[in-house]
Amino acid sequence: MLRFELNGRPIEVADTSPNTTLLEWLRASRPASEGRGDRLTGTKEGCAEGDCGACTVVILDDRAPGGARYRSVNSCLLLLPMVHGRRLFTVEGIGTTRNPHPVQTAMVDALGSQCGYCTPGFVMSLFEATYRDDLDDDWKVDDQLCGNLCRCTGYRPIRDAAKSVAGSCPDDIFRAALEAPSTVAESLDYSGAGERFVAPTTLEAATRLLAEKPEARLICGATDLGLDVTKKHVRFPLLLSTEHISELQGITEDDFGFSIGAAVTLTDLEDWSAHSLPMLHRMLRYFGARQIKHRGTIGGNLCNASPIGDIAPVLLALDARMLISSEAGTRSVPIADFYLAYRSTALGEGELLSRVEIPRPPANTRTGAYKVSRRRELDISAVSAGMLVELDTEGTITRARLGFGGMAATPQRASATEAALVGQPWNEATAKAAGVHLDADFSPMTDHRGTDWYRRTVARNLLVGFAGETRERNFVPLPFGHAGTVVEETR
Amino acid sequence: MSASEHRSPLHQSRSHESALLHVTGAAHYVDDLPEPPGLLHCHIVASDIAHGRLLKVDVERARQVPGVHAVLTSTDVPGDNNIGPIQHDEPLFAEGTVRFAGHAIALVVGDSIAACRKAADLVVVLAEPLHPILSIEEALAKGSFHLDPHVIARGDLVGAFAAAHLVVEAEVASGGQDHFYLETHAAMAVPSDDGALHIYSSTQHPTEIQKMAAHVLGVGAHRIVCSVPRVGGGFGGKESQASNYGAFVALASHVTGRPTKLRLNREEDMAWTGKRHPFLSQYRAAFDKDGRILGFEVTITSDGGFVTDLSGPVLDRALFHLDNAYFIPATKFLGRVAHTNLPSNTAFRGFGGPQGIVVVEDAMERAAHRLGLPPEELRRRNYYGPEPRNTAPYGQLISDPRVSAMHDRLVDEAELEIRRAEIEAYNAGSRFNKRGIGLQPLKFGISFTKSLLNQAGSLVLVYADGTVQLNHGGTEMGQGLHTKMQAVAADALGVGIDDVRVMHTATDKVPNTSPTAASSGSDLNGAAVADACATIRGRMEPIARKVLGVENEAPLTWVDGRVVGPDLESCTFAEVANRCWVEQVSLSSTGYYRTPGIAYDHAKGRGTPFFYFAYGVAITEVEVCGLTGEARMRRVDILHDVGSSLVPSIDIGQIEGGFIQGIGWLTDEEVLFWEDGRARTVGPSTYKVPSIGDVPIDFRVQMLDRAPQPGVIGGSKAVGEPPFMLAISVLSALKDAIKAYGENEVELAIPATPEAILRAVEAQRAE
Repeated sequence: MLRFELNGRPIEVADTSPNTTLLEWLRASRPASEGRGDRLTGTKEGCAEGDCGACTVVILDDRAPGGARYRSVNSCLLLLPMVHGRRLFTVEGIGTTRNPHPVQTAMVDALGSQCGYCTPGFVMSLFEATYRDDLDDDWKVDDQLCGNLCRCTGYRPIRDAAKSVAGSCPDDIFRAALEAPSTVAESLDYSGAGERFVAPTTLEAATRLLAEKPEARLICGATDLGLDVTKKHVRFPLLLSTEHISELQGITEDDFGFSIGAAVTLTDLEDWSAHSLPMLHRMLRYFGARQIKHRGTIGGNLCNASPIGDIAPVLLALDARMLISSEAGTRSVPIADFYLAYRSTALGEGELLSRVEIPRPPANTRTGAYKVSRRRELDISAVSAGMLVELDTEGTITRARLGFGGMAATPQRASATEAALVGQPWNEATAKAAGVHLDADFSPMTDHRGTDWYRRTVARNLLVGFAGETRERNFVPLPFGHAGTVVEETR
Repeated sequence: MSASEHRSPLHQSRSHESALLHVTGAAHYVDDLPEPPGLLHCHIVASDIAHGRLLKVDVERARQVPGVHAVLTSTDVPGDNNIGPIQHDEPLFAEGTVRFAGHAIALVVGDSIAACRKAADLVVVLAEPLHPILSIEEALAKGSFHLDPHVIARGDLVGAFAAAHLVVEAEVASGGQDHFYLETHAAMAVPSDDGALHIYSSTQHPTEIQKMAAHVLGVGAHRIVCSVPRVGGGFGGKESQASNYGAFVALASHVTGRPTKLRLNREEDMAWTGKRHPFLSQYRAAFDKDGRILGFEVTITSDGGFVTDLSGPVLDRALFHLDNAYFIPATKFLGRVAHTNLPSNTAFRGFGGPQGIVVVEDAMERAAHRLGLPPEELRRRNYYGPEPRNTAPYGQLISDPRVSAMHDRLVDEAELEIRRAEIEAYNAGSRFNKRGIGLQPLKFGISFTKSLLNQAGSLVLVYADGTVQLNHGGTEMGQGLHTKMQAVAADALGVGIDDVRVMHTATDKVPNTSPTAASSGSDLNGAAVADACATIRGRMEPIARKVLGVENEAPLTWVDGRVVGPDLESCTFAEVANRCWVEQVSLSSTGYYRTPGIAYDHAKGRGTPFFYFAYGVAITEVEVCGLTGEARMRRVDILHDVGSSLVPSIDIGQIEGGFIQGIGWLTDEEVLFWEDGRARTVGPSTYKVPSIGDVPIDFRVQMLDRAPQPGVIGGSKAVGEPPFMLAISVLSALKDAIKAYGENEVELAIPATPEAILRAVEAQRAE
């Protein structure tokens, strides 16, 4: 039995396939025994791939670091068992035509809706924004809304509505709900319509099940695997969720480095990295939509082994190590050895990624992280890169690690280029000269995200841009309204 | 309170009429409507090859799947298996051949989508592949065309080129664009007790749904009602192309006797439906030494896809806009429609206008570069003006060219000169990034180019309590038409806005409607609404005088729910309405409007196709990253002419939204196909419409004020499409920025993706 709270009402679901998305369930006719007999049609399907946000709903995340938070999520990618034990809000649950929520009024007043189809999704993203206390920069407002597409308004009125409500945190029942004590995830073993969904809370239980049933499909945030359900209409007979495994939670740091749980969401990673690992933070700025970052995890991003990855290039530059666990114990693999081939990793049968360890970069290190895509926000990179050079006191490069995504079948280091950098003074001329070796390191493909010419040229230019950015100082944050992924300070 | 203290609801800003329903999730779109008992779902089985001879379609095994009620093909169509809107050339189900990847072959009707999918996998289709034509270039090489060429010519072209100081020749290619309305195509049919059908459709053209459903079923139009709850975005994509889905559910309900529903998922919608027409154009332009264009010879070819659909009128409008805002003494414009094996391209905001305008703007940019003039100065020298510079190439008089004055005003207000200097200083100090600025003028012709469509109807019902139901022929798809019509009716009857309820558009209320398209919705329907309201008020006036006890000819003021006499005696509108009922005076009326004085002779390429023109000017500033080709709009200033805006807040929304949609077409949106003709960009993960970060950092939009348009409802002007074309300013700005990397004439492809921009930048650096 699945139990959750929907718009303040307790819901129990039995016999429904665990491969049912939350969106399907909300919009479907269902028996009154499941809480309501009618359909909740305010939440819309715009794309069923997490890219348009029309299906956005909000989960009260009472286990967030630093206290409970509202989290917008794409209900099209969320499988129903994933809301077990959660409190959930849809557009119908925050206000009505007679008694609208302040975000709903703000959208009406700003003329933030035209055709209205994307509007419930925007409203729910704005609902999250209303109760956030960290929207202290213009770019964060855009980031909050970049997972919602509107084809009518041109966004200006929606941005105005967002600015009028962001962080306003009115004294209402929703604010009061944020004060509720945090809950502890319980393990779940749910079956419905002949399919099973298991969410253990210990690594021991997870690896034991994985040893017994190696065919189990590992799943965490479902931002990637959910597409198999919505687009390819796959029904997984057995899903093993790593979301609640305690050993996969949290981030720790000491003098030597950082240890990040594989189930840490991209949002939590982003919040943490802002101060502790700015290079990673910069990559996460345009990583995905808020909805995706709330569900997607570092482990999921690394294990889906996309040739692009975006986090992987950064971790390649940082020389991270992957902790891989199974019933037999835990082993450690350098990330450079983790990717074997296209969409293939060092994870063997019965194994899962439990944590990622990142050594602390030494002093006098220069780092950069770059993501180049057709559209800045919520787009898959043509090229992404994590770059690191260590300098001696003379400013000569003693070590270089350049991780690239989009340049090969897997995220990969540019070893010939790295070698050409070592021993040279750190400046644009060095970067330009070394960049020639990228052609030896990579033979990128041509696809709809970019031709091989584009990828080669961009990779070369990014190295020069990295040198230009960090010649004088280490880290440059991306300002609001920047044109490209490289920040240029004008003379 | 005196009458003068009340304000007319016209020309006042207000929120969208359905805004509260939108923001609370209460607004129903087709797929949200309560599902009638016994509802069945439909699923289309489509061709996965672009061209082939159908050898066998076997649906027997599919019919055996539990939960499946019918599997239908062309042989199950009782009427005519054809839904071509103008030419009669579009088979609903493929028959004999499949002509694009996505051509419907069978329709599965079942209890659930899952059951339908299972059955769809069992439909056996055998086809012998034929060679598909997949590009305009190949169609040109093989002479594969729809329709006859359309030519608009005037003046002495030979003389113009002989006298030219500068001749510019180039080819311009512009790409397709997916509508990406957030609501995909959807339709639901519900049979009534006599077997007639009510179709709920997400369409811009309910009459077309009614007509095509009747045609496919072989029944009279009176057996079909089509209504539109609201449309979750149309942009032209639901003008002709909703017909398929309306016809499919009509057929499914006709065969099964049950309510049926069909909703495309995003992938299906993007793969199967037509888009903006890509165009390939070659031109030759003659300029004098001052940059005045003397002659312009252009051949344009659009990609029509596998059937003509609306390609003819789209081509016409492209030809009508090859002049944009410029007087060109000698022209020869020739247009053709390529016949390919791709989805049939269709209406999309601008309807060929943008594709025509980018061609003449390319010539302006190149001429400015070669003559060493700022592009905006060269443009200004070419605007329409007083006689003899006031006739379009097709002969229409440009009687009120507003663009020149608007240009000067915006250049001044946006401080173009000062900012040029600032940009130059920035560029001198910046190695990687460069900035640029560009100005785009616009003249856009208003009216359906198929003249007979310029008509509209309405039905206004006043109840005895003084409240009003308003029916008109236009569909609400976000553009705010209902909000405007509500204001028109409230103004015309003198009642409060909240006393006018705009009803869902339905063919049993207003028959024989034109599509809500060509920016015409408020012009045509507004006049028809005002007509009906005037009729009713004319009947109410004598009764009102009786209620007020004033003389027969006494002037009355009708405003905000009150009727006021000459000595400020007053009563409520409701009192008058009730008295009308008591005295047996009719309180309902139809209204009707047709646009006067427009006609066009297609064969001669001469006439007055437009009732008037809308004007606009935009100035856009961009910054380009020379390392990656990424770009950002820093500031956009728009001055647009909407006449006297009916509802200013709604029109601002149309201007901003249209502009950003145009930016999408010109920058990141790129429709791609695989080499075998299957669609490649079938979701927002691969097809990138603008997101919030693509909005200019500084976005300033204003409307020309005190500029009433004679003969149009409330002195307003159409606004749906024109602002889209102001986005072309981004090309001028990008070229200006790219020029800062070198000395060469800029070659920038459309769409100007980061890769296209980087190519242009690298070409500057190469020499």
